[in-house]
Amino acid sequence: MDKLKFAFYWAASCGGCEIAVLDIDEKILNVVEKADIVFWPVALDTKYKDVEAFQDKYIDVCFFNGAIRTSEHEEMAHLLRAKSKTLVAFGACACFGGIPGLANVSDRDEIFDLVYRELPSVSNPDKTTPQLTYTAPEGELTLPQFFDTVKALHQVCDVDYFLPGCPPTPEMIEQAVTAIFEGTLPSKGSTLAPEKALCEECPLEIQEKKIPFIKRPYQVTPDGKRCLLEQGVICMGINTRAGCGARCIKANMPCRGCMGPTPEVADQGAKLVSAIASILGVEGEERMTEKEIEALIAQIKDPLGTFYRYTLPISLLRRKVIKK
Amino acid sequence: MYEPKIIGFLCNWCSYAAADLAGTSRIQYPSNMRAIRVMCSSRVDPEHVLRAFVNGADGVLIAGCHPGDCHYISGNYKTERKYVLLREMLEQFGIDPRRLRLEWCSSAEGGKFAQVVTEMTEELKTLGPIELGAGD
Ligand code: SF4
Ligand code: SF4
Ligand code: FES
Repeated sequence: MDKLKFAFYWAASCGGCEIAVLDIDEKILNVVEKADIVFWPVALDTKYKDVEAFQDKYIDVCFFNGAIRTSEHEEMAHLLRAKSKTLVAFGACACFGGIPGLANVSDRDEIFDLVYRELPSVSNPDKTTPQLTYTAPEGELTLPQFFDTVKALHQVCDVDYFLPGCPPTPEMIEQAVTAIFEGTLPSKGSTLAPEKALCEECPLEIQEKKIPFIKRPYQVTPDGKRCLLEQGVICMGINTRAGCGARCIKANMPCRGCMGPTPEVADQGAKLVSAIASILGVEGEERMTEKEIEALIAQIKDPLGTFYRYTLPISLLRRKVIKK
Repeated sequence: MYEPKIIGFLCNWCSYAAADLAGTSRIQYPSNMRAIRVMCSSRVDPEHVLRAFVNGADGVLIAGCHPGDCHYISGNYKTERKYVLLREMLEQFGIDPRRLRLEWCSSAEGGKFAQVVTEMTEELKTLGPIELGAGD
């Protein structure tokens, strides 16, 4: 049998997903045995023009990590889509926009102003910001366009599978690769992870489903037994997909939702507003004044950034309103 | 002239009855609100509110029974907390929190209901049509 042709690409990402691929350790050798890697900017000296020269559908499987932040990412998404039989959105950023997607509370002008003009460490007397073209003595130079809005991969091209997580665990990657080699991938559009919520695989015990108060993680020393929500720490396990093995919780950190929402949930943040507000301050709720309710809710700092930590670009509103 | 669209989620036991009463008593109020009857104000998920905005509503009204009078005993306490939290999040999204309103109207308060819809319509007229997203 011919070896399968693999490609890896990173768009707006931190590089963690690339490390995650290497984290499958010696099993990477099995991959190399059965597959040729034809494009992998982080590890191989391959160029975009090499990909352009491929015939359509030349690549069997492309793992695409990172969100769509610039026109370069979008062009590569279209190019790799055309050249790949199977395109996998790899990691939270490609699946949902991820951490880079939180920049949707801002826009290009604001970000450029801050980064190139306002930061105290910046010295930029001409107040220059990145331009799309620049004419140098040697000729014209171009830069990709930085978009106002960060997007997930499926918002710019057709995606066959989603492998969420920040980053996906070695076990998940291994299972996905095995399914590819054995031809046992589920139907197109599937997320290669369980459908249940993280609470179901969480080792902590849920006792009363009530939250007396909200604290930031650093203000609480978890007792290692009870559900973190009940101890006052916001944990998103209630509507986050299982599959990571509750790795954060086992390290005494709440779930921040990197596996994305469970399939029933269209808007993770809105559902968390509903769930958290319903169980917060239940004791004595009938006696609470408006002021007391506001004080209770004010304990939740930055609800948008907390509840949409990884999914702002795929939320119903997708971004903050831009007032131009 | 600009006519705002309001989606009104009305609790079956109080506010929907209040709207009914306003109608049978022939109390005049603007026709800008489209009513959706729900069994309890707490049935309104923040996701419903966001969907209404995304689909073109300029304002969303949630109306239920007065505190202590919820048919399901404590639903409206939860509604109020959800509302306060959602309002704060809407502000972070750059949406004027006045576009979302929570009111308590008993089944005897047809007049109050009509007044709430009238006030909200006027307020939304001064705010103008909702703007979402945009940018490239
Ligand atoms: S909310 Fe978090 S800590 Fe509580 S059971 Fe679910 S995953 Fe575990
Ligand atoms: S516990 Fe939550 S944030 Fe941590 S890896 Fe699992 S899904 Fe991601
Ligand atoms: S039944 Fe009316 S608010 Fe619950």
